[in-house]
Amino acid sequence: MNTTALPAAPATSDVILKATAVSFAYDRARTVLEAVSVTLRRGTILGLLGPNGSGKTTLLRLFAGTLVPARGEITIDGARLDSLSRRALARRLAIVPQETHSAFDFSALEIVLMGRYPHLGPLELEGADDVAIAREAMRATGTRGMESRPFATLSGGEKQRVVIASALAQASDLLLLDEPTASLDLGYQFDVANLLRRLNRERATTMIVSTHDLNLASALCSELVLLKGGRVLAQGTVEAVLTPANLRALYGIEADVSVHARTGHMTVVPLGRAE
Amino acid sequence: MRRRIVATVAGFGVLAAAAVLLAPLAGSTTISLSRAFDRSIPFADNVDAQVFFVARLPRVVAAALVGAAFALAGAVFQALLRNPLASPDTLGVSAGATLGAILVIAFHLDISAFGVSSIPVASFAGSLGAFGIIYALSIARRRGTSTTVLLLAGVALTALLSALNRFVTLIADFTDTFRSVRWMMGALDVGGYREIMAALAPMLVAFAIIFSLPRVLDLVSLGSEAAEFRGVDVKRAERLALVGASLSTGAAVSLGGPIPFVGIIVPHIVRLMVGADHRVVLPASALFGAAFLIVCDLAARTLFGPVEPPVGTVTALIGGPFFLWLLFKRQR
Repeated sequence: MNTTALPAAPATSDVILKATAVSFAYDRARTVLEAVSVTLRRGTILGLLGPNGSGKTTLLRLFAGTLVPARGEITIDGARLDSLSRRALARRLAIVPQETHSAFDFSALEIVLMGRYPHLGPLELEGADDVAIAREAMRATGTRGMESRPFATLSGGEKQRVVIASALAQASDLLLLDEPTASLDLGYQFDVANLLRRLNRERATTMIVSTHDLNLASALCSELVLLKGGRVLAQGTVEAVLTPANLRALYGIEADVSVHARTGHMTVVPLGRAE
Repeated sequence: MRRRIVATVAGFGVLAAAAVLLAPLAGSTTISLSRAFDRSIPFADNVDAQVFFVARLPRVVAAALVGAAFALAGAVFQALLRNPLASPDTLGVSAGATLGAILVIAFHLDISAFGVSSIPVASFAGSLGAFGIIYALSIARRRGTSTTVLLLAGVALTALLSALNRFVTLIADFTDTFRSVRWMMGALDVGGYREIMAALAPMLVAFAIIFSLPRVLDLVSLGSEAAEFRGVDVKRAERLALVGASLSTGAAVSLGGPIPFVGIIVPHIVRLMVGADHRVVLPASALFGAAFLIVCDLAARTLFGPVEPPVGTVTALIGGPFFLWLLFKRQR
């Protein structure tokens, strides 16, 4: 199974990340998240669905510790997030943003090696083991061949896979991905989805994936959380949550939900605006 | 990585050392390096050594320090603002430092206390103030910080500060005016080692700060949130980088005046040669910046016959076209 040297996490309980009644507001005028509770189990992929402005990205930032909840608490392996330093938290979980741009001409390997930052002292250089971990992460994401290519010259899908490799080199067992396929064409969407599924199956990488792509979510995720207006509308298995009634409430769309014959995944076909 | 750093420092170090040793040989009086370093002749009788160490070396050392300081400041500004066109000149930071220095000269505030001259302090205050304005703007527009807005702000600020500089120069009396004008053109005939020592302390502090930041600058160049996600304390890093680069600019301006374009050209040339990693870009920029300004100053004092243009003219002659080329390259 997992034969690699990627940084491993201490296995404690089944629950890896947990938000309990978390509320957050950027300013007094508007509450972005209201009493949100989400539990992420080890080895699962949790899908985060919701319209624009429903609080998906904010929730990911709270999990990443770059925002602090106004009320409620978030724990990782049972420890409160605010009890960990920025570096300690970065060693435990990595974030893959929607898009990554570099101002300068870093090679793909250099981008991946940046994931080792929280594992090293302030002026410590990467050693042979760090390079080995980075290369292993690139192999796992199928980017080993682009090691010395300038990151800026890669296609959108290649870039995203390199960034995922960087995240794996940082914290191989817990990734938070913010709309990882949003800016990719169909082919690259498929590649990235496949990669995430394979990482989950072969390495038991735990993930939260926020997305607007319902079919991606149903094909990839074991559980879904539907966010609307900063509150949890529904959560549970894909079959339980992805219902026409929930989709109507979430997006204002009448949709046909059925099990696709050949893939066995739930597929969603929008029919029109709900009255 | 260690090998790459050592190779870079060695390569650029040899270049900078060669520039420091060879540049003092050129000039109206021809001297020989071996005679200058000949210890068997007493210094009082060794004309070559006197020309080398007293007449010419201070200027070369000043060029080296100023070149290194501008180049490092440029490299830091570019990473901090994620913008290849950022530099002490384009952001108005040099103009801010100049205003600080000129105010001190014009109003006769050139005093020194505890071995610290007021000119570098005023230059630092000016550069920090100018960059503070630009930086506040870039933070206010963090979501999609626009290159155009920042550079336009830099242009506006430079114009404003330059106007103030000219105004202060105009109302100052004649001898001060001459001193100020020469200053604004950028000149490295600083006098002697005492002037260099005055700027050296703030410069070394600035260098120490900047050289503590290379990895953080790599990560910040991917975006401040991306850096935060990887465990960087971005606010602290940005504050340190801001102080380091402003101090570096202020010290350089107080010694050599606002010599243009070194801060923008050198980091780019260096990146083309050694790649983007700041652990090699920073030392290479400092050493190449030193060599570059020594050579520009050498050209200024030897190539133009009876006239000796200020070194800022030479860097602008090289830097202007380079900056345009960079803009064109980015358009594509």
